[in-house]
Amino acid sequence: MAQKVLMKGNEAIAEAAISCGCRHYFGYPITPQTEIAAYMAKRMPKIGGTFLQAESEIAAINMVIGAASAGVRVMTSSSSPGISLKGEGISYMAGCDLPALIVNVQRGGPGLGGIQPSQSDYFQATRGGGHGDYHLLVLAPASVQEMAALTVRGFDLADKYRIPCMLLADGTMGQMMEPVLLEESTGEKTEKPWALTGTGMKRKHNIINSLSLTPDELERWNLDRYRRYAEIEKNEVAYEEYLCDDADVVTVGFGISARVAKNAVKAARAEGIKAGMFRPITLWPFPKEALLARAATAREFISVELSMGQMIEDVELAIKCTRPVTLCSRVGGMIPSPAEVLAAIRAADARIKGGI
Amino acid sequence: MEKIIERPHALIDVPMHYCPGCGHGIIHRLVAEAIDSLGIEGKTVGVASVGCSVFAYNYFNVDMVQAAHGRAPAVATGVKRANPDNIVFTYQGDGDLAAIGTAETVHSAARGENITVIFVNNAIYGMTGGQMAPTSLPGQVTQTSPYGRDVSAVGYPVKVCEMLSQLDGPAYLERVAITSVKNIRAAGRAIKKAFTYQTEKKGFSLIEVISTCPTNWGMTPEKAMKWSEENMIEYYPLGVYKDKYAEEKK
Repeated sequence: MAQKVLMKGNEAIAEAAISCGCRHYFGYPITPQTEIAAYMAKRMPKIGGTFLQAESEIAAINMVIGAASAGVRVMTSSSSPGISLKGEGISYMAGCDLPALIVNVQRGGPGLGGIQPSQSDYFQATRGGGHGDYHLLVLAPASVQEMAALTVRGFDLADKYRIPCMLLADGTMGQMMEPVLLEESTGEKTEKPWALTGTGMKRKHNIINSLSLTPDELERWNLDRYRRYAEIEKNEVAYEEYLCDDADVVTVGFGISARVAKNAVKAARAEGIKAGMFRPITLWPFPKEALLARAATAREFISVELSMGQMIEDVELAIKCTRPVTLCSRVGGMIPSPAEVLAAIRAADARIKGGI
Repeated sequence: MEKIIERPHALIDVPMHYCPGCGHGIIHRLVAEAIDSLGIEGKTVGVASVGCSVFAYNYFNVDMVQAAHGRAPAVATGVKRANPDNIVFTYQGDGDLAAIGTAETVHSAARGENITVIFVNNAIYGMTGGQMAPTSLPGQVTQTSPYGRDVSAVGYPVKVCEMLSQLDGPAYLERVAITSVKNIRAAGRAIKKAFTYQTEKKGFSLIEVISTCPTNWGMTPEKAMKWSEENMIEYYPLGVYKDKYAEEKK
């Protein structure tokens, strides 16, 4: 039975992962996501699962590789600097077509940065982050409820497409408490005939590997992978629109930025400004077509993000630069206030009305 | 006529890419013989590493995953924790295990992870063409120590068995060699014992096999064996460095 409970975002991720069959968690402590590890450390031994605190982020992601190779649902979580350390392993996972969930509860950077919320790992997440041609399927939750729901969806999509999936949250999402409805998993299980479980002397040995010294073979592997990516782009794009239908000014933002933007849009509407909010839920694949469709009527876009302007490039690419896109952002752990976003909306509206 | 020796079933009948006289052929066979004799082929999962033995996944007739450089024990940990009834081994060289993968080696040993590590020490990076390894001997000439390994500048070789023997985690650590029939037979016994310990859930075992690299040492296979016997074994003494269960029996 589904029940509504008050939870921290980080805990909601952990509980949702358990609910959909994840019994293996490998991680390393880093703020602001450590509650996930703490929750797993408490729960996993009681349900016959594995919680293992690795000696490093590098070891943790490689343990994930091992467990994913063995065919089980497995996850790791970290925050920005830790995700950089996992980059090599994530590239191997992409190259080996291994499904798993990787959670990044982002903090300010670069370097050791800070421990307050940020969205400045957008490029790293949506472009792959490690070496080689690959994508992660990237989901961006904007509430504790979505922290739970997208965790489950992340596992399902990872298994369906044999792709590592990233839940890209931020320190706010991880630390805030909200009521969450924990739904029972549908328990849909994907067959994994490729998994390493031992041949049982009944089949040819399975090999999980990203190495080929034969260029035409390696090219074929890449092309096959990108055909799968094309399927994902066709089937799995997700986004939310709020008051966009008649909007002149559309804010685009994900996660905490979208929530701030939504408040600003409400305030703008109260002033008679036709503002709307567009929230990508999948960052890769980015909702390009939906945003392009909005460009047919909207006059200006504002990219609201906790970075120096990363997603803004995807917004411009999506609308093919047919409308002006401005940036409204704070960095270093700062979050724009609704008033700051409202000011950006007013400025855009004034340009439109002024016919500039 | 009775067939008294044949290729182990756990070793696939394909041409290997190893150089003539390379120790990997012998060591692969010893691992496969251990798997055969314990009847565990169907439930064994191997982890190949980065280095000359990267293609081990093409040779062992068991499920295999290829790990990033140095990460094989972490990958093996994940495989083992997912399916504890599988028998899981890594096959790693000295650069992989004792340089870039030192942390994974030490911590999988410290955890007493129930896996078997086959560590091939030939004192050089083979795949990349003969650079200095963490186990290259003092004075040893390699591509990146062209005047001989200068310990005052780059320090001393890492003695893996001695180092790990200080930990409480490992169940069984032994150093063996393949320089003679006697040594090869002893190496085979050690490898089999390591796998046996895993089947008995006794925990982490590592067998360090002193090997050769005729190509990058610039020697004939025969001379390489002699050099290994005379120089490697002197620096890396053979023997059991830890056997938790032998100690318990005493």
